[in-house]
Amino acid sequence: MPTDVEHWKDELYGTEIRAEIERFAGEGWESIPDDERDAWFERFKWFGLYHQRAGQESYFMLRIGPPSGVLEPGQFRRLVELADEFSRGPAENPEFGNGWLDVTTRQAIQLHWIRLEDVPELFDRLEEVGLSTVQACGDSWRNIVGCPVAGKDKHEHVDAGALATELNETFKQNEAHSNLPRKWKVSVTGCDEGCGQGDINDLSFEPAEKELDGEMVTGYNVRVGGGLSRNEPRFARDIDVFATPEQAVDVAGGLSALFRDHGDRENRYNARMKFLVDEWGPEKIRETLQAEYVDFDLETAGDDLRESYSYNAGDADGKHDHVGVHEQVDGNFYVGLNVLVGRIGVDDAYEIADAAEEYASGEVRLTQRQNIILTDVPDENLDALLEETVFEEYSPDPHPFQRGSIACTGTEFCSLSIVETKNRQVRYARWLKENVDLPDGVEDFHIHLSGCTASCAQPQIADVSLRGMKTRKNGDPVEALDIGLGGGLGENPQFASWVAERVPADEVPGAIANLLENFAAARDGTESFREFVLERDDEELADLIEPEETDYDDPYLHNTKRTWYPYAEDDDLEASPAPARADGTPIPSDD
Amino acid sequence: MSIALRTLDDGAWISVNDSRQVSVSDVWTLTTGTFCDCSPAYVLLEAFVDVDVDGSIVVAHAVGQCLECGTRDSIERLPVGRIVNDDFYPYDPEDVQWLVEPDGERP
Ligand code: HEM
Ligand code: SF4
Ligand SMILES: [Zn+2]
Repeated sequence: MPTDVEHWKDELYGTEIRAEIERFAGEGWESIPDDERDAWFERFKWFGLYHQRAGQESYFMLRIGPPSGVLEPGQFRRLVELADEFSRGPAENPEFGNGWLDVTTRQAIQLHWIRLEDVPELFDRLEEVGLSTVQACGDSWRNIVGCPVAGKDKHEHVDAGALATELNETFKQNEAHSNLPRKWKVSVTGCDEGCGQGDINDLSFEPAEKELDGEMVTGYNVRVGGGLSRNEPRFARDIDVFATPEQAVDVAGGLSALFRDHGDRENRYNARMKFLVDEWGPEKIRETLQAEYVDFDLETAGDDLRESYSYNAGDADGKHDHVGVHEQVDGNFYVGLNVLVGRIGVDDAYEIADAAEEYASGEVRLTQRQNIILTDVPDENLDALLEETVFEEYSPDPHPFQRGSIACTGTEFCSLSIVETKNRQVRYARWLKENVDLPDGVEDFHIHLSGCTASCAQPQIADVSLRGMKTRKNGDPVEALDIGLGGGLGENPQFASWVAERVPADEVPGAIANLLENFAAARDGTESFREFVLERDDEELADLIEPEETDYDDPYLHNTKRTWYPYAEDDDLEASPAPARADGTPIPSDD
Repeated sequence: MSIALRTLDDGAWISVNDSRQVSVSDVWTLTTGTFCDCSPAYVLLEAFVDVDVDGSIVVAHAVGQCLECGTRDSIERLPVGRIVNDDFYPYDPEDVQWLVEPDGERP
């Protein structure tokens, strides 16, 4: 039997939702009929609007997805202004204050505490500068990720930016592709470093070359069915297809249509492309694509560049992220800045926007490691740019523990989460920086923290993977983390293996400290951490972790899930000011 | 009035009449032998797969993990609350729960 969600989508979905959002916004939150809320909140996602968790009713998260994370001059400033004006909650966050932007692992921006009543104005002011929230959430083409420095990068082999833009223009607000069985995540990589992270997407284009009619052509190899969620991580599988840049849009459309027609609409847990690829195998996907969804002969795969992939790869030489000062093909520089757990307070964000405009082109680009990049800095402006005080915190040369940290949304706003994430990760990074020395020569060390198995922070592809759990400590339930080791992308990607389970969250920094000490002692020469893990079985690794309490203090050990906001003075669900009217006054409940 | 019962946001919660009533990721206390050998078993619910009503009791099909022994399994019929006069009264996860037998009787 099709699910409720499928039923609602059949009734009304896609571009038509816009008018309904405007109507409800005009009449106020209370105008959404009580018995239609589930349906409307599901539909709103298609326009990037996601109802926040229990205790925060009537407040929304708004996601803006620029393809490949490219924000044109003026767009970043506009996002900062909107965050400043509209993204303010009823309580402060002790690490980040009130009013900020979140840079996400899929190169999007998220604003929280958004009022439905403000959404039409938000849409208008985003559109004014060419930004959009369309299909940022919901069952369709999500933000297309890819090389954020496309067009400027010395490592580029094929113009991934052009393809990402073309895919975005073709498949956003495209009736035939707007109602898929589930989310559809697409990645386009053009460089030899693999920074599009194609392996964890539903559809991945990766640079390749192939001789066609006696001529060497650069284009893309195609993989499908990657993804990390639900304890069922998969790397995208090679379907042995090479697409020229001209063919790539048709191949993408064919695969999206194949998923639309054959994905599982009866069971949302089984609906992702990765499960269809499991069921059919890559050969049948290719055969069906050829027979039913494209009208030209597919080429077999070309020669790829995977051997040199270094992005988030753990052991490879080469760049693991975009942080730092790097020369562009045109002789200007791009400056990759570290944003700890992806969150930028509005005051800092204004300063960053000012600096981008004063010393560079004003363009800001977002990376899949929750960082930002200022592009087009002329040589003569570099020193002055880097002297701006805001770049002490958002540094192009951060400490490895800060540089390597990624954290998802967590219990602050997400209904799936088991634990608090972002503030905790900030505190972990701070403690590790002050208390732990990295072994010789280790300059990159990635720690990713996800609040649940949906894996938004991509925990399985980090040196140390942390995933929300609970445990009992001295008789009381406390927030805890599972610890996994040795994941990473690269030529031969590897998911972390979960070697320690349910470690109380206040013992995790001690565990990482002990682990690194044990690694330094037992490591073979200059062996990388990922190699070290690969050499050992899970039991051996578990022995190296040794969780323990330290002077690290964790203020979020109690059940942050059972609060209306984990940092509020009175955090009890009963004390929630939500739902509230547009001006913030609580709406009394009628029962 | 009929009761609208569904799981939403990928099993994040159980919605009763379009309002979020039972949240995933809480720890539920289950009696001995119903889930694993621990007594009682403290089970973290990781997802709601489905929801149904059995007489006046709302029962969830969920996936969870025991915090002591690590057993990860599905729970077929976990009582999560009651419906009285069209209103829903959630059970407290910390109170010991029994699993509901298919015929509606508690063991
Ligand atoms: C309120 C709930 C949620 C919030 C706040 C949230 C937040 C996020 C964020 C910030 C990202 C990265 C950015 C992006 O898509 O632009 C993300 C990605 C992701 N989300 Fe969620 N998410 C939520 C629910 C879910 C659910 C229900 C699932 C799946 C069952 C899920 C699975 C994922 C996965 C697997 C990724 C990233 C890894 C990948 O690229 O495949 N999320 N989410
Ligand atoms: S990983 Fe889980 S907790 Fe974190 S944002 Fe995604 S769904 Fe929420
Ligand atoms: Zn047990």
